[in-house]
Amino acid sequence: MLKKITLQISHGIHKAFLFLTTGKTALICAILYLLLSFLLVYASPRSLIAFLMFLSAILLVYYLKIDNRIKFSFAVIIALILIPIFGVRNIFYLEVIFQISVFSALALGLNIVVGFAGLLDLGYVAFYAVGAYLWAIFGSQQLFMLHSIPGTQPATDKFFLPANMFYLFIIGGVLVAGLTGVLLGLPVLRLRGDYLAIVTLGFGEVIRVLANNLDKPLNLTNGPQGITPIQRPTLPEPILNIIRVVLNPIVGHDVTIGEFYNLFFYLAALVIVIIVIVVARHLDDSKVGRAWTAIREDETAAIAMGIPLVRLKLAAFAAGASFAGVMGVLLSASRTFISPESFSFMQSIGVLSMVILGGLGSIPGVIVGAAVVVVLNLQVLQSFSLYLSQLRQSEAVIPIINFAWKNLSNQLDPAKYQRMLFGLILIIMMIYRPGGLIPAARRKRELKADVIEPIEAESVAEGEVNHGSA
Amino acid sequence: MALLEASTVIKRFGGLVAVNKMDFIIEKGSIVSIIGPNGAGKTTFFNTLTGIYRPEEGKINFNGHSLVGLRSDQITNLGIARTFQNIRLFGYMTVIENILVGMHTRLHQTTVAALLRLKSFKAEEEKARGRAIELMEYVGLHGLGDELARNLPYGRQRRVELARAIASDPQLLLLDEPTAGMNPAETAEAITLFQKIRDELGITILLIEHQMRVVMGISERISVMDYGEKIAEGLPAEIRANPLVIEAYLGRGAATEMVT
Repeated sequence: MLKKITLQISHGIHKAFLFLTTGKTALICAILYLLLSFLLVYASPRSLIAFLMFLSAILLVYYLKIDNRIKFSFAVIIALILIPIFGVRNIFYLEVIFQISVFSALALGLNIVVGFAGLLDLGYVAFYAVGAYLWAIFGSQQLFMLHSIPGTQPATDKFFLPANMFYLFIIGGVLVAGLTGVLLGLPVLRLRGDYLAIVTLGFGEVIRVLANNLDKPLNLTNGPQGITPIQRPTLPEPILNIIRVVLNPIVGHDVTIGEFYNLFFYLAALVIVIIVIVVARHLDDSKVGRAWTAIREDETAAIAMGIPLVRLKLAAFAAGASFAGVMGVLLSASRTFISPESFSFMQSIGVLSMVILGGLGSIPGVIVGAAVVVVLNLQVLQSFSLYLSQLRQSEAVIPIINFAWKNLSNQLDPAKYQRMLFGLILIIMMIYRPGGLIPAARRKRELKADVIEPIEAESVAEGEVNHGSA
Repeated sequence: MALLEASTVIKRFGGLVAVNKMDFIIEKGSIVSIIGPNGAGKTTFFNTLTGIYRPEEGKINFNGHSLVGLRSDQITNLGIARTFQNIRLFGYMTVIENILVGMHTRLHQTTVAALLRLKSFKAEEEKARGRAIELMEYVGLHGLGDELARNLPYGRQRRVELARAIASDPQLLLLDEPTAGMNPAETAEAITLFQKIRDELGITILLIEHQMRVVMGISERISVMDYGEKIAEGLPAEIRANPLVIEAYLGRGAATEMVT
């Protein structure tokens, strides 16, 4: 009975989904919805509902069954016009989107290691740290301070390298983190499953502890105090002035240099995420990606098919690590401050939960996972916290049980049980939707090449009946 | 001409000698079998041939290359492919993808070409896809290319494994109990398929079986293993009549009964 109901519900959802994504009406509705949500985020700073509407509008556009060129122009309009406009007007949204992009890239990198190749990595954030410290050390005044104790002010206000070396270090971050990935990979190649997870966990901690303690004998990392200020690349003033002419009247105030930097880092993160998506997709759909999946599915059989295990495992570690490395460089520049605290074990777990939540091995899934976790972290829990604290200050009383809000314990602040909520979400996901929000789909190759569609349980069951009789 | 030649191969696990002084020759273009009761060391011998285990002693030569000390993937690259006793497909990959993985050593695309989707990459992928579909048809899996391997019924999974092994363009195909769990009709079909593979594709086949019926029908030569040693070798008719073999298989009582 219950099964019948759930089947009907999923059937209904499927129909609704088709209705929402096919045909001209659907297209018009999507455009209207997108514009409406845009107007709402434009008008209301820090509104959770408006922002969620906007994100869902993006998702709707992604799923629209329209010509790819039209879809592409939608993407350009959203990324280069809509988001910058409401982002500069309400800078908080831009920060959220920036974090979604950063964590998307991290999650996509981890997805190569865990989702594609099936190597559980619990210390992934180490590579992020490597990238971040790379630019932090070279892009700050830290190298002048090698022989002074942490906390001393540098004698000059000159920086070690010119600010625009940042762009070179973006590539440097890819290479250095990739190399670190290979270094981690070498000793753990013979390990599988649990053992591998434990070693990577240790590796993650080693990097964090190194960052914490490499202030002696040479003060490389400035220890727990972290490194600041870290340079940002320079933005050309004349171009900013031109943009101001257009942007100022739309957003309703004079755009400051800080806001321009927010915009710059948003765009940089976006470009990196796009490159990362393309790389991940192209790798997945090639000899290398198939070999990774084969290793994940059955290592022994993979070897017997002629797959060189060592090389491919190292390649997976290197590819995943380099995605994190490049985002590390970007992060240290955008924050202008980093400390070992940002690279704790909980961060690794956080990225892993994005991957699992979204769907192991699924590229769109992982991005949605990153978005959900970031929005939950930055917006849902915080606005709920805010709401509760407002209630606490009011004279309101819960009816029936006659409980005054102001007596509510501080311990019940939602921001404090964030981790518990993640735990709960993961447990529920594992039980009811182990494939994640958007489960990974295998590419169909026999009849239609280049069309990705999830292989549905129904068609499989049907197939079995037909072929069983054959 | 000998395609594969193993001499005095010994494989020990601690005190247990799993394969003891095994001499073995496979002629090019033949279908030969190794039979023997459960635990006789057949699969262990297979695993030493394919590089999963390294033999303690002995030589294995394939087409002029020594296989001892090579990794499995290098051995596959030289032209030996295998299937497994307990089917080992890549369950969450489609049938076509399984076969494409089998082609791994024969695809020469570089990662750079794959990332940039160069023409050479696309052409090779398209060719590989075409060949995978051909192979599917060849082993009788028409129209199942986009199914996940794990969703196929048992007999079809065996066929996917076979197609995946052939995809690596082997000269020698090692089949580890390929008809285990099949009913008589399926077994007969499988035997026809093996013969077709040898006759049409020119692939030499080495079978492990413990079903006598299968082996007798298809093999040109048979080796019998028991307790890690080769106890007999010869034509099917000779093996059938060999009391040592019957004894190893069915026990002494049965041996007398069958001979009489």
